[in-house]
Amino acid sequence: MLESIVFSVLNGLLYGMLLFMLASGLTLIFGMMGVLNFAHASFYMLGAYCAYTISSYTNFWVALILAPLFVGFLGALTERFGLRNVHKHGHVAELLLTFGLVYVIDELVVLIWGQIPVNYAIPPSLDFTLFTLFGTSFPAYRAFILFVAVAMFVAIYLLLVRTRVGMIIRAALSHPEMVGALGHDVPRIFTLVFAFGTGLAGLAGVMAGNYYITEPGMAFSMGPIVFVVVVFGGLGSLGGALAASLIIGLVTTFAVSLNYSVADLLAAVGLGLDGENIAGGLAHIDLSRIGQMLPYLMMVLILIFRPRGLMGARES
Amino acid sequence: MKHYKGLVRRAVAAVGVAAALAVPTLGSAADDTIKIGYIDPLSGPFANVGDAGLKHFKYLAERINADGGILGKDVEIIGYDNKSSAQESLQILREAADEGVQYITQGNGSHVGGALVDGVEKHNRRNPDNRMVFLNYAAVDPALTGEKCSFWHFRFDANSAMKLQAITDYMAEQDDIKKVFLINMDYSHGQAISRIAKEMLKEKRPDIEIVGDVLHPVGKVKDFSPYISQIQSSGADTVISGNWGNDLSLLVKAGAQGGLDVDWYTYYAGGLGTPTALGKAGAEHVKMLTEWQENLVEEYEAPELREILEEFEQRYEGIEFYYLRIKTQMDMLQQAMEKAGSTDPLAVARALEGMTMETPFGTVTMREQDHQLLQPLFISTFSEDYPKYDSEGSGLGWVMNAKLDAASTAVDSVCEMKRPSS
Amino acid sequence: MSHSQSSRTALLWHIGVWALFALVIVVLPYIFTSSSSISMMSQMGVFIIFALSYNMLLGQAGMLSFGHAVYFGLGGFFTLHAIRAVNDEVWQFPLELMPLIGGAGGLAFGILFGSISTRRAGVTFAMITLGIGSMVESSANMFTDFFGGESGISGNRVTDVTLFGFSYGPSIQVYYLIGAWTVIAAVAMYLLTKTPLGRISNAVRDNPERAQFVGYNTTIARFIQFSLSGFFAGIAGGLFAIMFEIMTAPNVGLVQSGAVLLMTFIGGVGLFFGPIIGAVLVTYMHTALSGFSEGWILYFGLMFVFMVMYAPGGIAGVIYAHAAPWRAGLFRRLLPGYLLALIPALLAIAGLVAVVEMGYQLSLAYDPSSPIELFYMQINATSVVSWLVALLVLAAGIGGVLGAARVVRARWAEVNRSMQAPGAKT
Repeated sequence: MLESIVFSVLNGLLYGMLLFMLASGLTLIFGMMGVLNFAHASFYMLGAYCAYTISSYTNFWVALILAPLFVGFLGALTERFGLRNVHKHGHVAELLLTFGLVYVIDELVVLIWGQIPVNYAIPPSLDFTLFTLFGTSFPAYRAFILFVAVAMFVAIYLLLVRTRVGMIIRAALSHPEMVGALGHDVPRIFTLVFAFGTGLAGLAGVMAGNYYITEPGMAFSMGPIVFVVVVFGGLGSLGGALAASLIIGLVTTFAVSLNYSVADLLAAVGLGLDGENIAGGLAHIDLSRIGQMLPYLMMVLILIFRPRGLMGARES
Repeated sequence: MKHYKGLVRRAVAAVGVAAALAVPTLGSAADDTIKIGYIDPLSGPFANVGDAGLKHFKYLAERINADGGILGKDVEIIGYDNKSSAQESLQILREAADEGVQYITQGNGSHVGGALVDGVEKHNRRNPDNRMVFLNYAAVDPALTGEKCSFWHFRFDANSAMKLQAITDYMAEQDDIKKVFLINMDYSHGQAISRIAKEMLKEKRPDIEIVGDVLHPVGKVKDFSPYISQIQSSGADTVISGNWGNDLSLLVKAGAQGGLDVDWYTYYAGGLGTPTALGKAGAEHVKMLTEWQENLVEEYEAPELREILEEFEQRYEGIEFYYLRIKTQMDMLQQAMEKAGSTDPLAVARALEGMTMETPFGTVTMREQDHQLLQPLFISTFSEDYPKYDSEGSGLGWVMNAKLDAASTAVDSVCEMKRPSS
Repeated sequence: MSHSQSSRTALLWHIGVWALFALVIVVLPYIFTSSSSISMMSQMGVFIIFALSYNMLLGQAGMLSFGHAVYFGLGGFFTLHAIRAVNDEVWQFPLELMPLIGGAGGLAFGILFGSISTRRAGVTFAMITLGIGSMVESSANMFTDFFGGESGISGNRVTDVTLFGFSYGPSIQVYYLIGAWTVIAAVAMYLLTKTPLGRISNAVRDNPERAQFVGYNTTIARFIQFSLSGFFAGIAGGLFAIMFEIMTAPNVGLVQSGAVLLMTFIGGVGLFFGPIIGAVLVTYMHTALSGFSEGWILYFGLMFVFMVMYAPGGIAGVIYAHAAPWRAGLFRRLLPGYLLALIPALLAIAGLVAVVEMGYQLSLAYDPSSPIELFYMQINATSVVSWLVALLVLAAGIGGVLGAARVVRARWAEVNRSMQAPGAKT
């Protein structure tokens, strides 16, 4: 039991940090531009595929740097030639544009790399067992993912709070006219922010693509859950995204590894339920099945009772 | 993956909506080929499996056509992407019927197989002059030749009950097995394995303890490490899994990464990325039950298979000739058509019933009662010490442990077949 | 939009339009007789209802939902369970009225989820619908008795319990059943826009503060609109279930919700008949285009993005924008610009199609070096020359379109000046 809890915590943390890498860019873009980027997970997928291509010519370390830059560049193009044009039609139009981009990017990935998963592998220099605990080994690459995610959080935080650029960015969001009047190019700041956010998604893709599997469905399987994280944590809040990522990572992981049904738990405390009536039927559903639904349920509940999310500053 | 013929015609027609509406009527081309509709996932998490299957069919059709085809007609394989969805498959079934396809084949997913058996039955009842035959090369839920059996469905893979009978017979002799863990995909196929394996083990080895029985969502799990730690903490020494595609390679990959030290009994570890994912970690630990693996050509006289094996691998980098049963299926279809002297679905289905055929490994029979093929099966182990062919360049290959004769694999069926009178 | 000075002629005109709509539905199968055409037209009917019900939210009340398939799909599941019950002789209910079961299911869940989600507007509402959609989709794994797990639920629509003596086995009979329901549902939804509820919804969409100030309860208006929209989505789902005789979990999911959003938006949200155009066009593209190109989703996505950027009113919006110049007799003046744009536009499309098709040939085909047939030519995707030519054509086309766009814009300005009605363009 103890080892299962320890490993669930480790696995949950890891999944949570991967979610955070993805969610941080999304929440930044929203917090700064008010744009909900539906295509965020698609940029994540692009990151993984670009890393695959780049690393097949050079190596993983080059890909780790170049792929996020390239994805960020694509993000900048998207903002400059797409979002900026529809900005005047309001946020719903921006949402719809990124929604359409999901279809375009996902199909372009199939067009370029095919439908079959690509063999994007963990670099040999990180492919070893870091330590063994209770007979289960902990691969070094997982530790590396955790390290990169934490480093990313610290870097973004310092960038926004401690630097002049960060101050201008934050000011541009709340008072664009004022910042513009001070001689800063606000549209360019928006482009940079969007590029930065999508670049972070690209970085998440580089890290997760070889840990999981790089295939055209990876964006779709990640997209909704990232939205959940961002909304749950509070749109625009970096700290909220971190907390929400970890909560959701841990909750889903524990639901899988604690494979008990509610009936088992009740039986453990001496309450028997028979499966015949409806309440009994519900109670016999495995926790692992409920686990998939939990994040969405949490999101709906928080939107109803606390629409600004865990740590959000304002409501949408 | 699709037919570009008629593209121009359609593209031009697409300009005007009115004209365009009429386009699909132009789709049914001349009957100069035998069309086989291949309905399997060509996108999504199981795309690699579907794609490999399609390549097998196209390659084998090409060989048949090079030999003059069947009854002088060429075989044409048309690939349809069903996205692993039962509903999409039924939609495709109609489309295929309109395009003059009389034979469909599918394998990946018994939930799709079940829907197609049902769909073909309804279609044939409602359209008696445009019937279809369903050739199943891999959907192994016993129900498809059991309570759901249909005259129009033929299965060329051993069903799950037969496979588990073979596996548990073999396991019964391995005294060091004490604790077994079952992990399977959460749909009819995985549910059947979980149910039947427990029954059979209880009967053959009552001393074995089932320490875990997990069903996981199909094609959605990206990280199996929570499941691996569950297996780890259960103290299991043996795992039985009927997983396939990514769900298998990700599972064994997570097991290898987590240093899980168990023996795996699998259905599908032999190809499509799993050997690569296993690597050295799987050596001597992973067993599979199949109708074929490459190194069998070293033990049996099978020059044609050796040629196919080598040519196929040369042609498709990274994909190996994995499905002998697709060859068996195409050969039997050819013989049935030649025996019937026609490509009419009813005549061919009648000819297929009870048909026998010789293969390098023994006689195979299409059982008349339920349209289940009985064929020899082999248990093999993934090993560094293999006869000749390694698997996917992994430096490891499959070594045969035991052969099970076609007759010994038979499991009784509850099928009561309703046959059409005309 | 339409003029409701309910003079007798206007009423007659409306009745005439709907009669024509019904007539088209009746006549179509005599023109397009193949069974795949029938099947496609049946789907069009289903999606017309579904898209119109979606537009009750997006177009009429300004509510962007990412989870409308929940009511469509659940309606379908309820209908199919009802049909199965008839199959098993648990009860008797005529097949013709089965969509009402779906409607009731859609309405019930519309009330349930609507009471939660319609308390918020704007992006929060959109997010709640997304959450509910994902929640219902993933709960399909929990309630396998209802959703049937991976294999879904299937039934047999030939129940022998019918009102009019048809068996509904042949797909043509199902087509007419769907056609009848399409007319009924479309007329009902149209009439709803003429009720006070429809007007209040419009007011809530255009200026919620003001609507509230005048004394309307915006939440209740949104809630009623949402529930009714769930009802019609449920009817569409019921017809879908009758047509396919199988429902699977993805029918309640995000992909289906996204599809209806696309349809409605491409057709045009500003006008009642917009979603009809969208449903017909998208269904056509889905069935016909997906047969001959792997890239249909890409074309589709590009079209959608293009429309969001340049024609936010959808196809119906584009048509409506030309109505005023047409009536003013100024349409001729726009024509030269359009004709000028036509050739480069066709070039650009041809170049794009060539690039995309060659790309798919390279990445997906069984044998990439085999030539593809495109525009009466054999094109080899593995040759560098064909790529260069295609890219050149694409670039030339885009350049030409950009040039022609200037002319078109100038003409429009001129026409607008002549009409002295700057608000004529939507």
